[in-house]
Amino acid sequence: MNKIVQIDPDQVEELGPLYAARKKVYPQKVSGTFRRIKWGLMAFCLGVYYFLPFVRWNRGLGAPDQAVLIDLPNSRFYFFFIELWPQEVYYFTGLLILAAITLFLMNSVGGRIWCGYLCPQTVWTDLFYAVERLVEGDRRERMKKDASAHRWTLERISELVLKHSIWLMIAWWTGGAWVLYFTDAPTLVKELVTFQAPAIAYIWIAILTATTYLLAGFMREQVCVYMCPWPRIQAALTDEWALNVTYRYDRGEKRMSVKKANELRALGQHAGDCVDCYQCVAVCPTGIDIRNGPQLDCIQCGLCIDACDNVMKKIGRPTRLIGYDNDINIQRRMEGKAPIYRIVRPRTITYVALIALVGGIMLYTLATRSLLDINVLHDRNPVAVKLSDGSIRNAYTVRFLNKRGFDRVVAIDIDGPQDAKLHVVGGDSITPDRPMIVLGRDGTTELRVLVTAPSDRNPEKSIPVKFRVTDIGLGEVASTTDNFVTP
Amino acid sequence: MAETELDQVSGKTTTGHQWDGIKELNTPLPRWWVLTFYATIIWAIGYWVVYPAWPLLWSNTTGLFNYSSRADVGVELANLEKIRGDKMVVLGAASLEDIEKDPALLALARARGKAAFGDNCAPCHGSGGAGAKGYPNLNDDDWLWGGSLEQIQQTIQFGARSGNAKAHEGAMLAFGKDGILKKDEIVTVANYVRSLSGLSTSQGYNAAAGAKLFADNCASCHGENGKGNQELGAPDLTDKIWLYGSDEATVIETITNGRAGVMPAWVGRLDPSTVKALAVYVHTLGGGK
Repeated sequence: MNKIVQIDPDQVEELGPLYAARKKVYPQKVSGTFRRIKWGLMAFCLGVYYFLPFVRWNRGLGAPDQAVLIDLPNSRFYFFFIELWPQEVYYFTGLLILAAITLFLMNSVGGRIWCGYLCPQTVWTDLFYAVERLVEGDRRERMKKDASAHRWTLERISELVLKHSIWLMIAWWTGGAWVLYFTDAPTLVKELVTFQAPAIAYIWIAILTATTYLLAGFMREQVCVYMCPWPRIQAALTDEWALNVTYRYDRGEKRMSVKKANELRALGQHAGDCVDCYQCVAVCPTGIDIRNGPQLDCIQCGLCIDACDNVMKKIGRPTRLIGYDNDINIQRRMEGKAPIYRIVRPRTITYVALIALVGGIMLYTLATRSLLDINVLHDRNPVAVKLSDGSIRNAYTVRFLNKRGFDRVVAIDIDGPQDAKLHVVGGDSITPDRPMIVLGRDGTTELRVLVTAPSDRNPEKSIPVKFRVTDIGLGEVASTTDNFVTP
Repeated sequence: MAETELDQVSGKTTTGHQWDGIKELNTPLPRWWVLTFYATIIWAIGYWVVYPAWPLLWSNTTGLFNYSSRADVGVELANLEKIRGDKMVVLGAASLEDIEKDPALLALARARGKAAFGDNCAPCHGSGGAGAKGYPNLNDDDWLWGGSLEQIQQTIQFGARSGNAKAHEGAMLAFGKDGILKKDEIVTVANYVRSLSGLSTSQGYNAAAGAKLFADNCASCHGENGKGNQELGAPDLTDKIWLYGSDEATVIETITNGRAGVMPAWVGRLDPSTVKALAVYVHTLGGGK
């Protein structure tokens, strides 16, 4: 039987709507160790992103000299000394696996290091906040200006125009740097400046300008809280030993004023170090209170640590009331034991071992990969041809891959049918039994190859035939197998 | 005009229309929809002006831009011909032998030849040139009219028994139908022909009579040893390849009724560069001499 639940409209009103409007966050300026780390990492990440396309790497004549280049028209990926063809895309799979395990490792050592310091959303939002602070002033000023009744003064409008112009400029450079990875950077910059660049370049710049401007300028912490799956995955990756940005409530509680705490301490009683100054909340880029414990909205950027340390120094108490810590140590301290930190433990060892294993396999395959390859496609129409003397001929389309940056001479031979003869169409080789051909640099060569064998020596319907290609100079060998068919 | 009233339940007015006491609520189209609709009408008027739109008695309005999709196709085709033309000029200037020796020219000729083969030759010879009964397999090394590059080019240009003045002529006579040989003589010579390529002969076959009949009637075209004659398109009877079939009944049928397969002339229908490309393509299928 179904029970119909009557909802009282008044009750709904009491609970409030399920939708909560965003409360704008006004992070306050802060200085300290973690702020310095964040500036440094921001400079590094943005520096790499913006300037890497301009780094040159000599690959010889006829090859692009850009160190990192995704050459889509020619289907090549260049990364310094590495050149990848589309069929080697599995190296990217390996990189993704490495990236995933590295994230796991960071997480088990120091919590959301990625979110707090390295994620593009964090880096660009941080940069946009810095611009906002520079133009509009710090937290209090910005709050006052936004709340003011006389908002639209000339000064205020010019301030906003300046801020958005700088934001758009940063966003434009972000999109601009992106397209530089796909073609020769200096050439494209010249073309962009003179409006000669292909339309697709401008379209991509426009798209990435828009996303950067929106994500870093307006959506900000909402991306982390509502859009990103990573905070949700955290729960499955952390453990009790992982160090997270933590409010040490064993030290902080019970909160009280400096004066009251001094009085209690004079009496030899326990007093909390937290003075409820709300500095940790004021500097938080996601607008949370870390003292409520670990929470999804916390990106663990460490700025509250800096804010709290500054206050602790002022009131003459030990720093790191907020710090990288875990609940085990809080419990231990409450029991009067010394805290223990276990960064090296089975979980982290496993991750490091996995990284070493995957990285090792990738390096090994990269170092030993063949730069010569051969693919064979058997003619289907006709599959086999009977010749006037009764012997059988099969035709194959053979594709040779020369991944080296220079032309080379290779010899082809086959293994399989008895007394088989090999002929390369259009190849007038001086060694007819083992035809030699020239393979052009960094490319493929397609040839029609005929294999003829007497039918009385080869009575089987289908005989495996191995095609082998040998570099005359370097001795590199590649081979593949197909079938020789008799009608 | 009918009277409208305010509907208490929905808070909307009614249109005043009423059927059996059921009143219709006034729910106008959304404004954005109406505006979009008007915009499309204005757009359509613009379209009439700019593009060909109105039929006239003998033609139609051409619009401001004189646009025509047919002209567009013409331009595209001309562009294609131009792109192809430049390359085909190179092909036309090179000799057949040089084309086969130059990997780039060979690739070009084979690509063009393959396309032209599919369009023009595949209906008879098959898309891979494997042929069928009566239509030669172009992959093998048995050629009726010669398998060198020049001979293949010649055959493509003028055909065989095509009616062209330079076409290959000469046909297999109908020895039975025209009463040159009697039925039992045809059976005997058919067995002899089969024996030339090592095929079995029927019981009671007289080899000496067969050899005599062959020498008297067939050797003039097919040669004393039955090796054939490419000048006349007379096939080699000693090899393993049979255009119409090697079983006794088929050979008897061939001798009785004769054979005269036709290859059309392509000169005038295909430009010389394309014929050249086709010759190279067929030659490199594998059987070329």
